[in-house]
Amino acid sequence: MTTSTPESASGSRLLRYVDALREAFAQEMERDESVFVFGLDVDDHKSIQGSTAGLLKQFGPERVFTTPLSEDAMTGVAIGAAMAGMRPVHVHIRMDFLLLCMNQLVNIAAKARYMYGGTVKVPLVVRSMVGKSWGQGAQHSQGLHSMFMHVPGLKVVAPSNAHDAKGCMIAAIRDDNPVIVMEHRLLYPTEAYVPETPYAVLPGKARVVAPGGDVTLVGISNMVVECLRARELLSEIGISAEVIDPIWLSPLDIDTIVESARRTRRLVVADNGWTACGAGAEIVAAVLERLGPEGGIAVKRIGFAPTTCPPSPTLEAAFYPNPGTVAAAVHALVRPRDVAWTPDPERTKLAHQVQFRGPF
Amino acid sequence: MPETPEHSAVAERLYRTLRLIRVVEEEVARVYPTDVIKSPVHLSIGQEFIAAGVCDALEPRDHVSITYRGHAAYIAKGGDLNAMIAEMYGKKAGCCQGRGGSMHLVDSRAGVIGASAVVGTSIPVATGFALAAKRQRTGGVVVCFIGDGATEEGCFAESLNFAALHKLPILFVCENNGYAIHEPLAKRWATDRLCDRVATYGIPTRRIEDGDTVTVRDAALEAVAAMRDGGGPAFLEILCYRWREHVGPNEDFDQGYRSADEKTPWAARDEVARLAALLPPDHVAAIESEIAATVAAAFAFAEASPFPVPEDLYDHVYA
Repeated sequence: MTTSTPESASGSRLLRYVDALREAFAQEMERDESVFVFGLDVDDHKSIQGSTAGLLKQFGPERVFTTPLSEDAMTGVAIGAAMAGMRPVHVHIRMDFLLLCMNQLVNIAAKARYMYGGTVKVPLVVRSMVGKSWGQGAQHSQGLHSMFMHVPGLKVVAPSNAHDAKGCMIAAIRDDNPVIVMEHRLLYPTEAYVPETPYAVLPGKARVVAPGGDVTLVGISNMVVECLRARELLSEIGISAEVIDPIWLSPLDIDTIVESARRTRRLVVADNGWTACGAGAEIVAAVLERLGPEGGIAVKRIGFAPTTCPPSPTLEAAFYPNPGTVAAAVHALVRPRDVAWTPDPERTKLAHQVQFRGPF
Repeated sequence: MPETPEHSAVAERLYRTLRLIRVVEEEVARVYPTDVIKSPVHLSIGQEFIAAGVCDALEPRDHVSITYRGHAAYIAKGGDLNAMIAEMYGKKAGCCQGRGGSMHLVDSRAGVIGASAVVGTSIPVATGFALAAKRQRTGGVVVCFIGDGATEEGCFAESLNFAALHKLPILFVCENNGYAIHEPLAKRWATDRLCDRVATYGIPTRRIEDGDTVTVRDAALEAVAAMRDGGGPAFLEILCYRWREHVGPNEDFDQGYRSADEKTPWAARDEVARLAALLPPDHVAAIESEIAATVAAAFAFAEASPFPVPEDLYDHVYA
């Protein structure tokens, strides 16, 4: 199966991110009896914001079932079932809950194939959703992808649109390794053209989402959308940004980013997480290592403020990067001798975020 | 045990397993000071009767989940002995190609689930194998060996609840040797009513205190038969005693944290010697020479096998 891109997609129709996810599960469960979906609330009337809607009726309670609030053991159960030949999809409605799963994910899932000399495999998908806005606060908002990028043996993916949500999920389910999927709650209602037939967005291939010549702007997860808005605002003042979506964070397609940064001489990474030891730090370092003596490019990391996420709207707005802060940072990098520039805040808002009314 | 041909056959089989484990581990202890085994070893000497008894109740389609003190269960379930010793020597022919060591033994063909060096971590993984056995309708069961320390981990309670809720075919076997590393139960448990704790999940439990291999085997047979009929999980707490130090080849009664007197009753009823006495001496002698040859061959195999080459480092990070 070759990797799919939105441009190449035929037989497509507009579909929401959440419905694209649901379609991926339904099609893969139809194709492969060893796939099952489990986790707290996957079979209730709200069905993880609709992302597992209808699966219980279609596939029955042996393949779609809730769990006790036992994230540690349930992760181990998924790993054991995967080693025994099944393909579990373990669902967490918040990524913060993965901290309860770390022992199993890091000590067993990531290491089993290596530690047991290649005699086992762990085809496990761990779905987790990042929350943002509406007061998600300290423990319902964390993007913890960089923790998993640190560990050999795990794969990490952060789809930013409906097309990739379906394609990455199908690729993750078919992968023989444990895959951590970071979904984003605010992306659930966003639409893209999505093929009806199954397809994969495979690991290890980034996508140049929009071309540009002055700066390479890498966005992770929902920050791809925010970078695209920043790119529009920057174009109004004559700055041309190339926006890249890595899609898969591990394995990371650094080649595509290096190729772009070599040309633009400037690299900005906007992450859905903290900057310290984060995905942005890794991408910047990897690009500089690759460029070697020819380096000398200007770099910048953007991410959460180095604080805990606060729920109060005024504090929360200051905590998150947005198209305005991204555009301002890019401007400062491209025109360091100009006075600081910030776009009109009203024009930095994103419709799908403004329209969001919760609840989660 | 009555003197019938069938029972003699069982006794001989159990003895053969017990003696093989004992000889292997004594050989590990003997060579350990030469540093050919560059791996921590956690010997099960004195506790072998549990693995031997339980695994005698199993079939090839069944799985066992073993601990880092897992040599006994690995051997009792039929794990490849050459691959085990080669693994401890760090050789490419080891069961993990030199990537696991003594604490991560695995033999998928023999139904030995890989061991973890993080106490308790294997419990939910074993439960996942039981879930797969039920969903795939293999008819197989899973035995999850744990120590008393593992019952203190949260995932033990979580796994019991899930296994009982879904009526999974898994037998939890707690080898209660009274110590977690050097800490006795009295410093770790509010009460010693472990079976009562487990029973609250609706899981049938049994505590075996007599140190008898046949008692263990019969209890396992009964539990496994019920599980194959869809009866759900069961739990055995089996008292035993660790004769050697937590990690390493030696005794440690001079360290002051436990008394040699504790070992005396267990040594007096050593199951290896007791079962040997039940068998005709010529059978015992024949088994002895057979085991001596098997064990010598395994250590010679490990000695002669090549180490992995540095280029192998990057194999198997991903499937």
